[in-house]
Amino acid sequence: MKPPPVYELQGVRKQQGESFVLEISELTVASGETLCLIGPTGAGKTTLLRLLSGLDTPTSGRVLLQGEAMQNGEIPLTTIRQVATVHQRPLLLSDTVRYNVEYGPKVRGLHRQDQPIDDILTALAINHLGKQDAHTLSGGQMQLVALARALAIHPSILLLDEPTAHLDPATVALVERVVQEYKQALGMTLIWATHNLFQARRMASRVGLLLNGQLIELADVKTFFDNPKDQRTADFVQGKMVY
Amino acid sequence: MGLSSFRGKPIIVGMVQTGMALPPVVVGLMLYVLLSRSGPLGSLGWLFSPQAMTLAQIVLDLPFVIGITAVSVAAMSPELIWQLRSLGATPNQARWEIVREARTGILLAVATAFGRSLSEVGAVWLVGGNIQGHTRVLTTAIVLETGRGNFELALLLGAALLAVALAINLILIRYQWRAVP
Repeated sequence: MKPPPVYELQGVRKQQGESFVLEISELTVASGETLCLIGPTGAGKTTLLRLLSGLDTPTSGRVLLQGEAMQNGEIPLTTIRQVATVHQRPLLLSDTVRYNVEYGPKVRGLHRQDQPIDDILTALAINHLGKQDAHTLSGGQMQLVALARALAIHPSILLLDEPTAHLDPATVALVERVVQEYKQALGMTLIWATHNLFQARRMASRVGLLLNGQLIELADVKTFFDNPKDQRTADFVQGKMVY
Repeated sequence: MGLSSFRGKPIIVGMVQTGMALPPVVVGLMLYVLLSRSGPLGSLGWLFSPQAMTLAQIVLDLPFVIGITAVSVAAMSPELIWQLRSLGATPNQARWEIVREARTGILLAVATAFGRSLSEVGAVWLVGGNIQGHTRVLTTAIVLETGRGNFELALLLGAALLAVALAINLILIRYQWRAVP
């Protein structure tokens, strides 16, 4: 039997000020898939991820997480806690790197377990930073810590908002490999917003193009890049300006 | 106050800020009236007692603790609460972490209140009565000895007061430095 979708979006609209910044009539995310969201700055990727995290609500329409409609405060904490987000501009706590990575398990009341935290820090090559003040890190190191603190939760769903924006190519490759390893180990569903079309090709099972808050095209990775149905998608993947 | 908006918040903020400007002598006078035998709190029997002096210090210092703490907490980015929630924190867990983040500011609030308490004369004299061995403190003793012309003793007491202030502040500064790893 086919597992139920992780997310279902039905007629979702998000208004900010006078205008709608996101309008998605329908979107379904299957369990275990990697959906990459691409699109220019301001296309609505971050807004969509915020709705999917359950911490923001649409102006109209419904976002269902594992069949439950997400309304602020109504969805059980245990369901929300299956989702972790790696933010575009991570804000770290004024403490050590290790404290930051342990935060997610701590708020869940999990007993301190050094080994899984050490494994994550080692996998992301930041084990040597464990005792360092998180506010003294570089932008790239902060992104790695943000990923580590999300993975430490062992989420079922990982939302990634341009997690490699400030990383060098070698570290990008490291992040992609670590995320894939955790995805396979935990059976995670990934929703990954990125500007990097090459990254979307490498990571995605499906790719969606967002333009001006609208989902222009959603297709499997091969169709999306090699045989897109929408001319705007074709122009975007060829690097032409479509906005 | 620092973390949420609620009805009447501007009024409370205004009251706290006004509280920071309360003249100690006026506070002492008001408490004297309240605590005097014919006053509404006269039955407590606190006038000319250490309890009355403590109450005066609380009235004078609480606005500083509340005001500085609220500003320190409000200075935290709202996005931080969002990110903590996205890591699974409940609203209360996220708020508590924000307070922890503002700990250097909260220690500053404590240091400010302590400094004010230590240097307070007017209110504690009025409600304490400056009774030797009972409600006389360093500041009121300094005023008394200066009035008597015992400048040497007054200066010695002043030096002792400064030494206490320095010692306590050194401990607080140490905690403030420790607050950031």
